[in-house]
Amino acid sequence: MLRATLKNLLFRKLRLLLSGLAVVLGVTFVSGSFVLTDTLGRSFDDLYALQYRTVDVQIRPAPPKSTTEDDDEIRTGVPADLVTRVRSMSGVAAATGVISVDGARVIGSNGKVVTTNGPSRLGSNWIGENDLVRLRAGRAPADGDEVVLNAALLDAAGVEVGDRVGILTMQPKRTFTVVGVMEYAGGRDSLGGNLEVSFHESVAARLMLGRDEVYSAVDVEPAAGFAPGAVRDDVRAALGSEFRVQTGAELQATARKDAQSDLQLFNGILLAFAAVSLLVGIFLILNTFSILVAQRTRELALLRALGGSRGQVIGSVVLEAIVIGVTAAAVGLGLGVGAGTLLAWLFSTRGGTGLELAGVGVPSAAPIAAFGVGVLVSMVAAVSPALRASRIPVIAALQEAATPDRSLAKITVAGTAVAALGATILAVGYSRDGQPWFAGAGAVAAFIGLLLLTPALARPAVSRIGRVFSFGAAGQLGRLNSARDPRRTAITATTLMVGIALITGMNTVLASINASVRDRVTDTMMADLIVAGDTSLADDPPTFDPAVLERIRSLPGVAAVAGTYQSQAQIEGNPASIAVVTDIPALAHMRSIKTTEGTLADLGTDRVAVDERTARERSLHAGSIVTVKLAYGDARHLTVAAVYTGGEGVAPWLMPKSVVKDLAVPQLSGVDLTVTGVVPFEDVRRDVETLLRDSPEITVTDRDGYIKRQTSQYDLVVTMSQILLALAVLIAVLGVINTLALSVLERTRELGLLRVIGLSRGQTMRMVTVEAVIISVFGAMLGTVSGTGLGAAAVRTLEASGITTVAVPWSRITLYLSLGAAAGVIAAVLPAARAARTNALDAISYE
Amino acid sequence: MESGAVDTTASRSRASVAIRAENVWKVYGSGEAEVTALRGVDLELARGEFTAIMGPSGSGKSTLMHCLAGLDVVTRGEIVLGRTTVTGLRDKGLTRLRRDHIGFIFQQFNLVPTLTAEENIRLPMTIAGRKPEPAWMAEVIATVGLRERLRHRPHQLSGGQQQRVACARALVPRPEVIFADEPTGNLDSRAGAEVLRLLRKSARELGQTIVMVTHDPVAAAYADRVVFLADGSIVTELREPSAEAVLDTMKLLDAVEG
Repeated sequence: MLRATLKNLLFRKLRLLLSGLAVVLGVTFVSGSFVLTDTLGRSFDDLYALQYRTVDVQIRPAPPKSTTEDDDEIRTGVPADLVTRVRSMSGVAAATGVISVDGARVIGSNGKVVTTNGPSRLGSNWIGENDLVRLRAGRAPADGDEVVLNAALLDAAGVEVGDRVGILTMQPKRTFTVVGVMEYAGGRDSLGGNLEVSFHESVAARLMLGRDEVYSAVDVEPAAGFAPGAVRDDVRAALGSEFRVQTGAELQATARKDAQSDLQLFNGILLAFAAVSLLVGIFLILNTFSILVAQRTRELALLRALGGSRGQVIGSVVLEAIVIGVTAAAVGLGLGVGAGTLLAWLFSTRGGTGLELAGVGVPSAAPIAAFGVGVLVSMVAAVSPALRASRIPVIAALQEAATPDRSLAKITVAGTAVAALGATILAVGYSRDGQPWFAGAGAVAAFIGLLLLTPALARPAVSRIGRVFSFGAAGQLGRLNSARDPRRTAITATTLMVGIALITGMNTVLASINASVRDRVTDTMMADLIVAGDTSLADDPPTFDPAVLERIRSLPGVAAVAGTYQSQAQIEGNPASIAVVTDIPALAHMRSIKTTEGTLADLGTDRVAVDERTARERSLHAGSIVTVKLAYGDARHLTVAAVYTGGEGVAPWLMPKSVVKDLAVPQLSGVDLTVTGVVPFEDVRRDVETLLRDSPEITVTDRDGYIKRQTSQYDLVVTMSQILLALAVLIAVLGVINTLALSVLERTRELGLLRVIGLSRGQTMRMVTVEAVIISVFGAMLGTVSGTGLGAAAVRTLEASGITTVAVPWSRITLYLSLGAAAGVIAAVLPAARAARTNALDAISYE
Repeated sequence: MESGAVDTTASRSRASVAIRAENVWKVYGSGEAEVTALRGVDLELARGEFTAIMGPSGSGKSTLMHCLAGLDVVTRGEIVLGRTTVTGLRDKGLTRLRRDHIGFIFQQFNLVPTLTAEENIRLPMTIAGRKPEPAWMAEVIATVGLRERLRHRPHQLSGGQQQRVACARALVPRPEVIFADEPTGNLDSRAGAEVLRLLRKSARELGQTIVMVTHDPVAAAYADRVVFLADGSIVTELREPSAEAVLDTMKLLDAVEG
């Protein structure tokens, strides 16, 4: 039995290759993601081990108790007098105040701010050379006008020692002289791609933390004979809960944990790709095996007639599947190790991260997952064809005709039931009181129902689609062929359908988000020009000199201005986004803020306003008192003066102007303005831009630009979805090739007859191509329709986040339909050529 | 360009020749495995005549038919069909020749299962992008007796009916020659007789040239002329034969070969 099975396999190498390819792709992504995560993880471990090797114990401000380490951390500092205090403690040999904060943006020689793809742009205080940091050239900064850059930054900015560079910090742009270049242990240009500017001690705190006499951390060196752990405990006991005291080892572990969680994003993307290709792969294998079983009806019946049991027949089909699965998994694993290594290499060299790679390793999870997934997927796909094979009656061995069309009744009834159930749940989910997740669950159920209905839909649908393509006799024959075996057509079409449905769904959600944002902004954004930095990239928005506000106000053609200081605070112990607005009535007009309780006109010095949703969540009303802790200063007790709705892009808390001095960054993050119309709009815009020349991170946009910026964060998702689409279509093309190749083989005699009675080679190829295009377009249509449905259901679940408009991405749908047709043409090439080569004489000979 | 060839044959006993084979050789394989299927066959078939090619198994009768119809390439010799020299044509020319000048009827009926009877009948014309003359179409359909069954698909028809559809399909484009390869091989004697009467009628009343390969003396007796093939050569022929005469000749050939 085993031998017969293996012989069969070898006999159909090409076909099995095609059906196994989707599994290979899936396994490649799965194992690739393991290799990548493992390699990068170990690389980060090495990096942090290096970075923290000079730190024994470190003191930092404690984060708010209710948040995790990296959530909305308020940028604050350790007071300088603490250093003296710690230094005098027993067991402490030395204590050094260090500043190392993200946000030192150097303006390169091309006039643009030097950016990175993730690593920090650190600003630090120069504390001299040590085990980690060393001067490569030049000297240390001698006063506040001098800086040292790390070698990577020197290179990225395109400057030399001796040059003057502009640097943006918490202060507006200032110019410094580069007096030295620093490098790290082992002659490294950078640590993990970070760029670093080291300022003179006298200015570092003001530049990076916004005030004097503070540090971001204090490094404590234990005296001889004192263990870091013991010193940590002593210092912790002495300082109380306001500070967090950790050993270097603990810091390393924390940093490593954060890096690992960032890597999960990579992992997630790769695993999503894997899921798509494996899902489509199941359909592909199911399809191949169904056809193979149908073709081998006589052979399998003969096996039964010769005494083979049902179990043996099932076993032979499943065994074939397992061999495919194992082979595909092995190939996929190999490719995955390669892909993972390549991605890790790209990440370190091209990703702008400069991460030093640890050696490539294959974690044991990779082969386990690869073979597990490969075998599981192919077995799942083979179950139904295997059962069908076992039900072939022995008598079939003696009959000329292949098995008659099996009735579609059962699957159609099941499909209708599931689809109806799904639609009902969907409707409940969509109704006003329904739970949004009902919509999601209903959509998925309806989708599965539709999958089951495809065979019943195939014949009528294909015949209608076919009319568009079936010109001439060849086209007509192709159209009829595509409707010949509805099950086969359906299952081939579904390989394409699944992929296109996912992509269309994703695009429907994106289009809806876009439309919702556009609708909302069009209704509520009344400002003509919006001055702001890109907030989607960093936690802290880029800021600029508050003096710019008055200069904008006095420009000709400007009607009204409102400046905003955006920051973070702790309100009632919870982190919250806050804003201080220079002119609340003006902003209320420009961003459609409506008061629902109290009055908003002036917040004086001790009143705040809160948006309706936050007020509801926290049961606040006009007159409620809230405790607000800002980056600096003591906690304040402020009275809620107003509750408001609307406020496009406005923080949920508006604070009085009196708090500006205690913000982490006491600088403007945005200005809105309206124009009078007397001066040409473009002139006003140009004048405003001129005023912001020293703040290259700040852009001046009109309403359209604002909308674009609001939706630009989804650009990555769009790119990802396009890659996914390409992958899904690629796999589906394999499925169509497979089906057509088998059909052509089955119809050798018929093709021969057609050639005998005068069908030319070209016509034969056209016939096969039309069949392929019809099947593909059918799949693409099912995919776009069901995908739009899935997307609309997903949008419903997003309603709470303000996505209320359902938009259908028509242009994308058109694109996907034409892609479907193109996929059909491509898939038809090989089978059509094969069909055209059919030897007329062989085909009609009976010997 | 082959008009000269037609003219020379026209001066012979018949007014018009539909197909002429001259010194046709067909050799398969090479060296040890070399098999000579046809050894210098000379044959002329008159227009409007129903000819049967007979012979024992392996005599080369199917090979001869395949070569005459341009389905197989001859090793040596020339075949002229109507005004076209078949030998030397490439795939494109052969396809056009088959499409426009030749009709086929096979043992296995060979209808396209997705098409109705009528669509099958029209298929060669559809492929060629032509329309059959309605009057001729009606006459053919009446002759084969299928008016009631035009909308049926092949699997809804009996074997005899399917073969009559195949006959109509071959007749409608008015080809120079119809080749029928064992057309009654898969039919019972009654259905077979119906098909043979139909073929004879097509030749006599519609003037269709028909060449039939068969090993059945009864079938051959329906033909105007029976050509006997043995070991790749034409050995004898009969005109207006009876089944008994055909059978006797066959026995004689078997005896000679045996």
